[in-house]
Amino acid sequence: MREAPDTRPVAWADMAAPAVGDVADDPVDLHVRVVTPKRGVVRRLADVYAARELLVALVRKELKVKYKDSTLGFVWSMLNPALYLVVFYLVFSLFLKNGIPLFPIWLLCGLLVWNFFSIVLSSATSTMVANAALVKKVSFPREVLPLAAVGAGMVHFCLQALVMLGALLAFRHRIDTSYLWLVPIALVYLVLLSSALAVALSAMNVYVRDLQHLLELVLLAWFWMTPIVYPYFQIVPNLIDRGLPSWAFLVNPITPVVLVFQRCLYGTPVVNLSDPEPLVLLPAWGPGTMLLPLLVGILASTALLGAAIHLFGRLEANFAEEM
Amino acid sequence: MTAAIVVDGVTKRFKIGGEKFDSLKDRLIHLGRVQPTEFWALKGIDLEIAQGESFGLLGHNGSGKSTLLKCVAGILQPTAGQVRTKGRMSALLELGAGFHPDLTGRENVELNGLLLGLDRKSIAARFDEIIDFAGPEVASAIDRQVKFYSSGMYVRLGFAVAVSIDPEILLVDEVLSVGDEAFQRKCMNRVKQLQGQGCTIVVVTHAADVVRQICDRAAVLDHGDLIVVGEPPVAIRTFREHLFATGQGDTVGDLLDEPPVVEGEEAPPSSRRTLKVKVRKVDVRHPGQPDRAYLRTGEPLEVAITLETSEPIPGVNVGLGIRDVEGRMVWTSNTELLGVPTGPIKDQATITYRFGSVPLLDGDYALHVGVVSIEDESVIYDWIDSMTGFNVLSTARVFGQVDLPVHVERT
Repeated sequence: MREAPDTRPVAWADMAAPAVGDVADDPVDLHVRVVTPKRGVVRRLADVYAARELLVALVRKELKVKYKDSTLGFVWSMLNPALYLVVFYLVFSLFLKNGIPLFPIWLLCGLLVWNFFSIVLSSATSTMVANAALVKKVSFPREVLPLAAVGAGMVHFCLQALVMLGALLAFRHRIDTSYLWLVPIALVYLVLLSSALAVALSAMNVYVRDLQHLLELVLLAWFWMTPIVYPYFQIVPNLIDRGLPSWAFLVNPITPVVLVFQRCLYGTPVVNLSDPEPLVLLPAWGPGTMLLPLLVGILASTALLGAAIHLFGRLEANFAEEM
Repeated sequence: MTAAIVVDGVTKRFKIGGEKFDSLKDRLIHLGRVQPTEFWALKGIDLEIAQGESFGLLGHNGSGKSTLLKCVAGILQPTAGQVRTKGRMSALLELGAGFHPDLTGRENVELNGLLLGLDRKSIAARFDEIIDFAGPEVASAIDRQVKFYSSGMYVRLGFAVAVSIDPEILLVDEVLSVGDEAFQRKCMNRVKQLQGQGCTIVVVTHAADVVRQICDRAAVLDHGDLIVVGEPPVAIRTFREHLFATGQGDTVGDLLDEPPVVEGEEAPPSSRRTLKVKVRKVDVRHPGQPDRAYLRTGEPLEVAITLETSEPIPGVNVGLGIRDVEGRMVWTSNTELLGVPTGPIKDQATITYRFGSVPLLDGDYALHVGVVSIEDESVIYDWIDSMTGFNVLSTARVFGQVDLPVHVERT
């Protein structure tokens, strides 16, 4: 039984495959495909786009499998930041008395960003090995596996954002709406950066399995190198003392995103104004100034994503036999 | 002739080391010291397979036939060269490969369909058809996690999804030999139906039978080289002769396809074998062509059965059976039935069945030997199923099981 053309499957074919040899005589046929070691980044992206429904299904699978037999299911996603919140609040607000009012909200701003980044990276790194059966036996654009980890991370992010929303409502906290428009831009940057690293790491981990363990350590160090628990402005005097420029911390690509979240959602850059020495948490940058590092980041991570897909294509050639 | 698949100078190099350096430590330690051995799985293969053609890839283990199929499927990338294919493709490399044990049958059908390149709408449209093909057992369990499926159900669902996409190119890697016999027949029928619809089929196998049954043309691969491309009889003959000529494998048995393991339904449980008389060995000989690993249709065959007994015995009844690959008895008899009593046996004796001419057509045949008492057939001394067998290669222009002398004329 032949199906009508519109129900035909989307082959991972490049829509714009050049007419090569006998096979591609018919330029209208979208089902021509070429298996070759030389496959450009744009082609690979087109393949991924053609497989977008698969990507969504894989994200769903990832989430379903993660919480398959748990009673609380998605609630666990929200409990993780909630627990962090309690512990860090106890340690930093009560024991160490860091003097940041509404510390839970301050902390959540950074944690939202960080949790997304670290969950995506650690799950993407092992995804190729975890799905070895698929990679070895089925032909599909393999980039969708790390990208599905990004997708699953986005779902977790939304759930954790609900915790944030709950905290904002509970404390009747006012956010700074003049910075709100920066948040989606920061998220675009964060997703691009995470995708680039996810794609590269997932491919590299096939060859060097230590990567997933190494990554855990790197992420731990990276977390403390990012102004999440402590405010950015506490670092700046230290940097200047050591002869470093005040923007040196922005080299950490996560910092600009965290700063935007803190500036918008926490709202106030300077607290304890009634004190003789008010506590300065964040730089007094306007939205325009904060946009700049984000734009630079978006450009850089777009280039990085291209490089990552190129690397992926090079490494992919031997995936099936390396596993 | 429009080509569905063009293999253009495809070369595949694998790097194999004595050990694999997967960890960072190993990589650092062995940095620049250990050069991995290179192994050329495919050496510049050129091949064109026409639309609607059924093509076989023959070769022994390690010949590169599966690697070539994986390159065509896009699972492996060639080191150099390229493969161009035209048409919706479905690759049956491992049935149910994309299944996740924690997802239900329904969810897996969707995921697998997407992996094969369908979109969700067409999966939904074909869902009933898929379940129908997989059978009632699977249908009733479709909303259960597939980890609770039997391996048979798993395979049935996997095949059902793979063929449901109505492929224009179907790649098959030995998977047709899974599942029970009824399902195998169903799969084979579906493959033939696809053939009828003009689907291009590429089958990887080491069984000459399959090539003879399905294929229009076949290629023989050996150590990454394409030895021959031609019609099945030519390819099959070259396959056997080339392997033998290059002296691969130490024994004739190695060159033959694995003797099919078929449990004869009348095989008695081992507990009922008294082993008073034992079958020591069964020799298969090709008189006239002792060096050849296979038999041609019409050639003679000898089966020598060597018996061993611990105490002298007045005589035994030695039976021989020939079964085909599907386990059907093609021929069977025994010394009593044939009226050739063995006579008394002390220590050892060899009973030889001599067939003047074997009219069987292509295939692998298994031999079954039974030794029973002459007085009471239910007293079984020894019984051996499929210990050995023989292969037949036919060049006759007939299909089926036997080559009957035929003369056709218009009357």
